[in-house]
Amino acid sequence: MDLGGISPILLLASLMVASTPILLAALGELVVERAGVLNLGVEGMMITGAITGFATAVATGSPALGFLGAAAGGAALSVIFAVLVLWLKSNQVATGLALTLFGLGLASLIGQGYQGIRAPSTARLDIPLLSDIPALGPILFRHDWVVYLGLALVAGTWWFLSRTRAGLTLRAVGENHDAAHALGYHVLRLRFLAILFGGACAGLGGAYLSLVRVPQWTEGVTAGAGWIALAIVVFASWRPLRLLLGAWLFGGISVLQLNLQAANVPVPVEVLSMAPYLVTILVLVLISSGRGRARLAAPGSLGQPFHASR
Amino acid sequence: MIVLEKRPNPSRAWAFATPVLAVIATMIAGGLLFAALGKDPVLAIRTIFWDPLFGDFASYTRPQLLIKAGPLILIAVGLSFGFRAGIWNIGAEGQYILGALTGAAVGLAFYPTESRLVFPLMVAAGALGGIAWALIPALLKIRFGTNEILVSLMLVYVATNLLAYAALGPLQNPEGMGFPGSRNLSQWLAAANLELFPGTGIHWGVIAAGLAVIVAHVLLARHVFGFAVRLAGQSPRAAAFAGVSPSRLVLACMAMSGGLAGAAGLFEVTGPAGQISIDFNVGYGFTAIIVAFLGRLHPVGILLAGLLMALTYIGGEMAQLQLSLPAAAIQLFQGMLLFFLLAMDVLTQFRLRWKGAPVVPAPAAAAAPQEAS
Repeated sequence: MDLGGISPILLLASLMVASTPILLAALGELVVERAGVLNLGVEGMMITGAITGFATAVATGSPALGFLGAAAGGAALSVIFAVLVLWLKSNQVATGLALTLFGLGLASLIGQGYQGIRAPSTARLDIPLLSDIPALGPILFRHDWVVYLGLALVAGTWWFLSRTRAGLTLRAVGENHDAAHALGYHVLRLRFLAILFGGACAGLGGAYLSLVRVPQWTEGVTAGAGWIALAIVVFASWRPLRLLLGAWLFGGISVLQLNLQAANVPVPVEVLSMAPYLVTILVLVLISSGRGRARLAAPGSLGQPFHASR
Repeated sequence: MIVLEKRPNPSRAWAFATPVLAVIATMIAGGLLFAALGKDPVLAIRTIFWDPLFGDFASYTRPQLLIKAGPLILIAVGLSFGFRAGIWNIGAEGQYILGALTGAAVGLAFYPTESRLVFPLMVAAGALGGIAWALIPALLKIRFGTNEILVSLMLVYVATNLLAYAALGPLQNPEGMGFPGSRNLSQWLAAANLELFPGTGIHWGVIAAGLAVIVAHVLLARHVFGFAVRLAGQSPRAAAFAGVSPSRLVLACMAMSGGLAGAAGLFEVTGPAGQISIDFNVGYGFTAIIVAFLGRLHPVGILLAGLLMALTYIGGEMAQLQLSLPAAAIQLFQGMLLFFLLAMDVLTQFRLRWKGAPVVPAPAAAAAPQEAS
């Protein structure tokens, strides 16, 4: 056992990296759920993004194009979900599950020729001056651009939802779709766009795993990250800024357990690997139990199909 | 333009027709997929759906059909009750693993006793293990209001880690020369879940699946529990007025699906899989979700859907060997089936109408059911 080898600054810096894929996926899902749609297919869209992004990056040699391909892949898969749920009025829970099963199959089919190949590396982007601040510099400002993109998207989503007219409309559609429809808003069109955004974000998150974190293609690379992202949305009470907190918490747990594994702590590896999932359950319990707070914060029309009768 | 018009009651004819149509649509779309992969689509579809039943190796593949369908049906029947009532246990894979683990652990504690009591004891322990694992999300939901979808799924990942721990640690075969995995249970007569009728593939798990279908059918059609489940699914408010306790319903549905999944895991690990190993589970718990929906959450439907899904597993393996079709293509194929089914469900709930065509006046449509009663 060698706990002295764990440096807190490095730990916090890798926490930022580890939380990025979950953060991206959860952010997309947050917007989808604020629009009143529950998409349980995050895991499927993430892993599809992971492989389409990887394939694009290998083909073009450019990680940036890879991330673009990942967003496109995730969004393309989410179109299936959107058509089924919005226009064919299928059950959202069942369709989301189907999307996950389908995405896992699709990803391993596409990924067949890509095993054992290394992805072109994503360059680190040190922010000048800021990255030289002791302690804070390495933690916050010496990462690749996707980490910054994730943070910017959080800020952007917060601004969009709380400060713009379109954001208000989106929230109205999520809270009460019948009222929003009566006011003349296009419920299905808005939800379609939200689902597309969710798919693209999940794709980005998946690609961050296959292009930066791992960085190669292995089957089941997401290992439940999509489901953890879903849990974080509940944890955050559907608010973008709290999402950041949730993602950091889970990033922190997964980084910590990896460090403890490396430090040969006398706990079985399998028990340490369980930690992120167990903590997710624990957090769900804590957040749900506070006088039913989590449920009160959920968008009013979440998970209900919308059918305009007139 | 086509508009959807809500039916006053779901159409029974379409409820029967949509699964069949979904299978046909999947065959067509799957054929296109296989053609895109550079395989002969007709040959691929024939290899998957026809050859396992009537091909050259049918005497070998037909028993396999029941071996694979057994756990799928057993798990799906359990899940169907919860799904009907709007209780989403999607962690059956975890309960399946836990059932196998607890059952095998109890059995191995008596190794090498040769007693007829060992196997029934193991089945009971397996079912209890599955129930215990399923009650975690159930109790958390009742006590704290946590989402059972997320908790039951998280527990799948915990269960796979427990499985790895057990296969490399406490349950490892002491005479296995350090290889991961437990003692071979299918070679220990007291614990083995062997083929009961030679050449049929029928083992205790298949018999349990058949019994589960019958019991579930009776429960659903004749028992007050089935009534409560159906009522809660269609109208939670009405169920509350009828005196159905939501908490008790959650507990019952979760325990039922967990117990059946756990038993399925035990039957698998003592029979076809033979031992506890890191990867003895092959995703039956997830495929059973497709089976449950494909069977319209109805026991008899699930029986047929389970057989069909088992067919795609075996046909998929054959296509893998003979046409070198990738294994993932079959997984994709199964996902596609669920999509088509969900998409076509719209026909059960809604009527398609051309916009501009005369629509039945709303008051008449509302009055019709009243006149009938």
